Amino acid sequence: MSVKTVGTPEQSREPDLSTTTSRRPAGTLYRGREGMWSWVLHRITGVAIFFFLLVHVLDTALVRVSPEAYNAVIGTYQTPIMGLGEVGLVGAIVFHAFNGLRIILIDFWSKGTRYQRVMFYVVIGLWVVTMLGFVPRHLINVFSH
Amino acid sequence: MTSTTIDSPRTPAGSAKRRGVNWEKWGWIYMRVSGVVLLVLIFGHLFVNLMVGEGVKAIDFAFVGGKWSDPFWKVWDTLMLWLAMIHGGNGMRTIVNDYARSPRLRKVLVGAIAASVVVLILLGTLVVFTFDPCPVVPADQAHLLPSFCPAP
Ligand code: HEM
Ligand code: HEM
Repeated sequence: MSVKTVGTPEQSREPDLSTTTSRRPAGTLYRGREGMWSWVLHRITGVAIFFFLLVHVLDTALVRVSPEAYNAVIGTYQTPIMGLGEVGLVGAIVFHAFNGLRIILIDFWSKGTRYQRVMFYVVIGLWVVTMLGFVPRHLINVFSH
Repeated sequence: MTSTTIDSPRTPAGSAKRRGVNWEKWGWIYMRVSGVVLLVLIFGHLFVNLMVGEGVKAIDFAFVGGKWSDPFWKVWDTLMLWLAMIHGGNGMRTIVNDYARSPRLRKVLVGAIAASVVVLILLGTLVVFTFDPCPVVPADQAHLLPSFCPAP
């Protein structure tokens, strides 16, 4: 079978492919559940970061125009609304980065497909820890002074 | 007696005739290698610019002047720029290939992505390497320069 199976048969909720006429193949990596939602999130965050980067290179380029121009634009990054936006941006990057490592492990680690679901929750856990380290400090910087 | 070679099962049709570099494979490898390097570069970038000191509040022309007086950060930012733009551009190409129905639309979108990537890489690289932390400015902007600049 060309279907990539994930997890042991006991873990799988669907019946084995050879014993069912169901159109839904058992235990594929990218169809339904964690495997699919991690892919959806990876895609959305990747696109968001790409568009941010386009704008970000342009705003940084203002250092070649004048100190005044650069400061005026970078000053908008320091407003409360943008401060919240930066939380979203960092949240997107951190998810994309950790889930990117998960994808790489699925591809190269011999047990990667078996543990893809566990690794998804590890990604979520690392994301929560990283954001707990980042968000309070960032919001204090943004909302004080 | 002439012998016939029979392909082994599951040999992709036509693969034997395809010559040259397998660009899709190298693109696939590039996404993974650049991803690992970008994780370090971007997390470092965000830590220094958002977490250290007053974070985002401390960023202004003088802050950039301080960082880009150091070749270390110039190389860091240039690497990050190239790796991230190509990684993001290649990822966007994958997404366009997935969703664009007509070949024409696909060509237009992939062309637009490639053009933005090339233009922004050139612009960003130029900005890093032509940057002058102590430019000649009108007197009323002199206080915006880094503190190490000679007084006008
Ligand atoms: C809110 C978050 C961010 C802030 C406040 C920020 C700030 C800055 C600043 C002040 C610079 C000037 C040079 C330096 O400090 O090294 C810069 C440059 C740069 N940043 Fe960011 N950055 C952020 C997020 C990102 C992200 C997520 C990426 C990558 C996807 C990124 C990629 C770059 C690149 C490539 C440069 C160099 C631009 C050039 O070569 O002209 N930044 N950023
Ligand atoms: C922080 C470190 C990063 C890591 C570890 C990482 C990792 C990855 C990996 C492994 C893939 C999968 C490629 C595939 O399935 O063939 C990917 C896709 C992608 N990445 Fe990244 N990446 C990172 C940063 C970035 C940045 C900065 C951008 C934007 C400029 C970006 C945009 C994308 C896009 C648009 C895709 C395509 C998503 C898809 O095909 O569904 N990534 N990334």
